[in-house]
Amino acid sequence: MSNQGLTVSDTPLSRARITPSMVVAIAILCAWLAVAIAAPLLAPYDPDAVDIMNMLAPPGADHWFGTDQVGRDVFSRVLFAARVDLFLCVIGVLPPLVIGTTVGLASGYFGGLVDTLFMRVYDLFVAFPFFVLVLAIVGVLGPGLVNFVIALALVGWVSYARLVRAEVLTIRESEYVQAAQCLGYRPGVIVLRHVLPNAIGPVIAYAVSDAVLVMLAGASFGFLGMGAQPPTAEWGVMIADGQAFVQQAWWICLFPGLAAVSLGLGFAFLGDGLGQMQRRQVTP
Amino acid sequence: MNLLSILARRLPQLVAVLAGITIVTFLLLRLAPGDPARLLAGDRANAETIAAIRQQYGLDLPLWRQFLVYVGNLVTGDIGRSLRFQQPVADIILRFMWPTLFLAGYVVCLAVPPTIVLAIVGARRPGGLADQVIRTFGMVGLAIPVFWLGIMMSRLFGVTLGWFPVSGYGVGFVGHLHHLFLPALSTAIWMVPVLTQSLRAALIDRAGADFVTAARAQGASEREIFWKTILPNSVLPTLNLLGVMVAFLVGGTIIVETVYAVPGLGSLMVAALLGRDYYVVQGLTLVFALATVLVTLLVDLLTGLIDPRVRT
Repeated sequence: MSNQGLTVSDTPLSRARITPSMVVAIAILCAWLAVAIAAPLLAPYDPDAVDIMNMLAPPGADHWFGTDQVGRDVFSRVLFAARVDLFLCVIGVLPPLVIGTTVGLASGYFGGLVDTLFMRVYDLFVAFPFFVLVLAIVGVLGPGLVNFVIALALVGWVSYARLVRAEVLTIRESEYVQAAQCLGYRPGVIVLRHVLPNAIGPVIAYAVSDAVLVMLAGASFGFLGMGAQPPTAEWGVMIADGQAFVQQAWWICLFPGLAAVSLGLGFAFLGDGLGQMQRRQVTP
Repeated sequence: MNLLSILARRLPQLVAVLAGITIVTFLLLRLAPGDPARLLAGDRANAETIAAIRQQYGLDLPLWRQFLVYVGNLVTGDIGRSLRFQQPVADIILRFMWPTLFLAGYVVCLAVPPTIVLAIVGARRPGGLADQVIRTFGMVGLAIPVFWLGIMMSRLFGVTLGWFPVSGYGVGFVGHLHHLFLPALSTAIWMVPVLTQSLRAALIDRAGADFVTAARAQGASEREIFWKTILPNSVLPTLNLLGVMVAFLVGGTIIVETVYAVPGLGSLMVAALLGRDYYVVQGLTLVFALATVLVTLLVDLLTGLIDPRVRT
């Protein structure tokens, strides 16, 4: 290795700079987490309580976000839906993250047949539009949140593996890994103790950005009737419910959508900030 | 000539991907829990109907024989028969294809010009005010659920203001343009941020290239460098955008067609999923994957035509 220039490993980790937009993002995410946990305390009404005397009531003092076509309080439902949607973001991102990181580590560090095989699988998965493949798998397995998460895991790990593999290919050539190899550490130890901690940063940043897509996909599936099933309070399901009444009662659709946008922005800004921190570390 | 050599080089990978697509779409139906014949027949079917369907669709054969039958059918253009329409899936897809193609073209026309402008403005001074504003708005665009945006826009522009129809496909070219404006706009708003980020990164990458330094050393003004050196070199990344777009387009149109009741492949897909019309789902998955592969290949070939470095 006659690499005179700076490599990733030679760069001192610059002090992580938290940008203002990241602070806002973390505040949004913490707020939604608090809402999800404290929904029963915060919600003024039972989210599933039907009130036929108060159908399609516009937003007002009694019902801040109005009521839907069977008189359920939209505000309470938006709060309770945060539980489903936030949980979905986490549970939708974790399995692909874990599977993808494992495959990426193996493929990048050991190379050989595993790597060749993975690259073929990658080429194949890229040929399918992500949304179509997930939709088709959920459609065949049957609608519902569990199958949605399974389908995400089946399809989503590929991009994580690709990312980890690229990181590992650089790290494998670094001096500390070579030193560890010379000292006779076992490959498993090197991968877990030396390669993984240095490869995980960009993966975390990617996972946070990916949470936006997972949340949007989850809501879209709810909307299409393939995700959470009514009467579950879920933002996508609520928007689907309200679509037929949007002419008289715009509030049924508007507020769940705004909730989804704000949660999505939280993840998007945090992911963007983390990503930029990674980049700053690589090229000071 | 040279084009053929690119094609020849891509051929092994292409064949592998096509084979993979065939296997995945075949296995897709086998993912279904329980007996596929029972699923195809529906919940109320009796034992005789299920047996008949099993034989009709060749489900009583061993898996490898079923796969051979599937491949054989694909080669002759037969991708199964819809249970709901009682027609060949290929015919149905051909019938529903045009609104989707029109919509896709419309979205490309609406999305590409603003993308190019925004990416250029952002890339001229990375980290500057304009760049940060575009980035922030881009993030908002990314976080908006496209179906919600569609419903809200149809309510505002369709119902309240009455400027555009909120559903259907219209009659004639102008009718299509008018009917599909809101669906195309919703998809475009969602796609422009992704595309802008990708093109901006490419532009900034080119700005640091050696030939830019060389031009600067020769005393070219910054304006000249940008318009005459960086921009022409960014034609290829713009072209590559098309490749990036397909996957997003397909996903976006599925949702948007449902929102605006456009009789295209997306609505067909959702209806087939909800109606458990599995052969239509399988056929559409196949068609969407083939379309993606085809566009990627076309982009590669065009890149080869334009860029002398790839050709050699």
